[in-house]
Amino acid sequence: MSIKIEVEALRKSFATDNGALAVVDDVSLQVADGEFIAIVGPSGCGKSTLMRMMAGFMPPDSGRVLIDGAIRTCPSPQGILISQHGSVFPWLTVQQNLMFGLNGALSMSEKIAIADHYAGIVGLRGFERSYPHELSGGMLKRVEIARALAVKPAILYMDEPFSALDALMSLRMRNELLKILAQERHTVLLITHDVEEAIHLADRVMVLSPRPTRIQATFEVKLPHPRKLTSPEVQQLRVDILRSLGVDADAA
Amino acid sequence: MSKLRQSLPGLAVIVLLLAAWWMIVKATRSVIFPTPWQVVTGIVELIRDGTLWRHIGASLGRVGSGFLLAVAVAVPIGLWMGWVRGVHDTLNPLFQILRPISPIAWIPIAILWFGVGNASPIYLIFISSVFPMIVQTVAGVHTIEKRYLRAAENFGVSRHTLFTQVVIPAVLPQIIVGMRIGLGVAWLVVVAAEMIALRSGLGYLIMDSRNAGNRYDLVIAGMIIIGLIGLMLDGLMRLLEGLKIVRWRYVH
Repeated sequence: MSIKIEVEALRKSFATDNGALAVVDDVSLQVADGEFIAIVGPSGCGKSTLMRMMAGFMPPDSGRVLIDGAIRTCPSPQGILISQHGSVFPWLTVQQNLMFGLNGALSMSEKIAIADHYAGIVGLRGFERSYPHELSGGMLKRVEIARALAVKPAILYMDEPFSALDALMSLRMRNELLKILAQERHTVLLITHDVEEAIHLADRVMVLSPRPTRIQATFEVKLPHPRKLTSPEVQQLRVDILRSLGVDADAA
Repeated sequence: MSKLRQSLPGLAVIVLLLAAWWMIVKATRSVIFPTPWQVVTGIVELIRDGTLWRHIGASLGRVGSGFLLAVAVAVPIGLWMGWVRGVHDTLNPLFQILRPISPIAWIPIAILWFGVGNASPIYLIFISSVFPMIVQTVAGVHTIEKRYLRAAENFGVSRHTLFTQVVIPAVLPQIIVGMRIGLGVAWLVVVAAEMIALRSGLGYLIMDSRNAGNRYDLVIAGMIIIGLIGLMLDGLMRLLEGLKIVRWRYVH
């Protein structure tokens, strides 16, 4: 499989009152086309900073990000970032939100058709004319994901997308995401602090160290979908990943 | 029912004030200060001979023109200042100096420039309502949440889409707040402006009633009508807050 994303020796530090604070320290990784990578790490370790650099929102101090072999220095619709807090426009209807990123070359009826198609995929049929404040948190996430999918991005950058949802809704959204990815293959980078979520979704799980962060361990998840979360393999993987994060799951 | 109960204390205060006013006028046997009833008959007299509508029409016409002119100037300038740092830094110091100058202080210059026709009060209304609306619009642009701008950047939309679908709808609630403040100030100012040498308007009615035979019943009638129209204008602006496109700002 071809390499989609190549990250070479990324470093980033921020200026603070107490001098420079190193956040990302020499991170290199490669993501294959169509691969699903989960990145887990302790909170505040620099996960989001890493992802912002990869999506082109933040220039690194050194190192570079290559997408399809070309250096990425600014955001592009080829890689859509879905963040924890969400960015569905509250002043647009669901349909208008889904049409937002669509190219101006398309006719209005084509845009509406695409928007309605993706509303259907994420289970929002019938809510096209609703405003975001009329929807629940889970539905808002669906709008966010559908809006990203509508522009057919090669890469989805997901920064703790489900962490604001309750456990049940978060589990449901994971299953929906897997269903969508089975239909339309995207390269996905998922940041999460939920180890189970990472194992449930990803082909590979990367564990980051505390700040300044670097990749501390990588775990392959070779289980076929649908994955049974209660299976011994998943449980063993979970224990191993937690251990590399410095948490003894058995003692807890 | 609960709405009625809510407005009862407010009504009670007004009724008490009217009663006290009546009793004091009776007790002091004032020949100049009118009783509430004399004010009512004064209003009826103004309605009968048609002068009331002429004065109200004249005042509203001036407020309408000056205010709409101010909206037409303040919104584009506010958006421009909010969006472009350099424009803000260039214009803001001047506006901050002009803003605290009472519109009343402009009266001599208005008369010098525009004479004693309609242009003077329209200019005064313009100058008094334009600055609060600029300030609110600029603040509106500055408080657009970064996540929305980031999303727009991510989708790589045109400048036109960015403005029509993100910036302007995001700022619209603040623009409406600015318009409410601006119209309130405009109504205050028109009455003051009409006290200077014009032959129509509610301000003129008040001054003329006093000068032509100490008709204090008509003075107070004019004041009460000004108050009631001001309340109605504010209510009209509040209706704008119910528009679907800005509803999102007022939920939660």
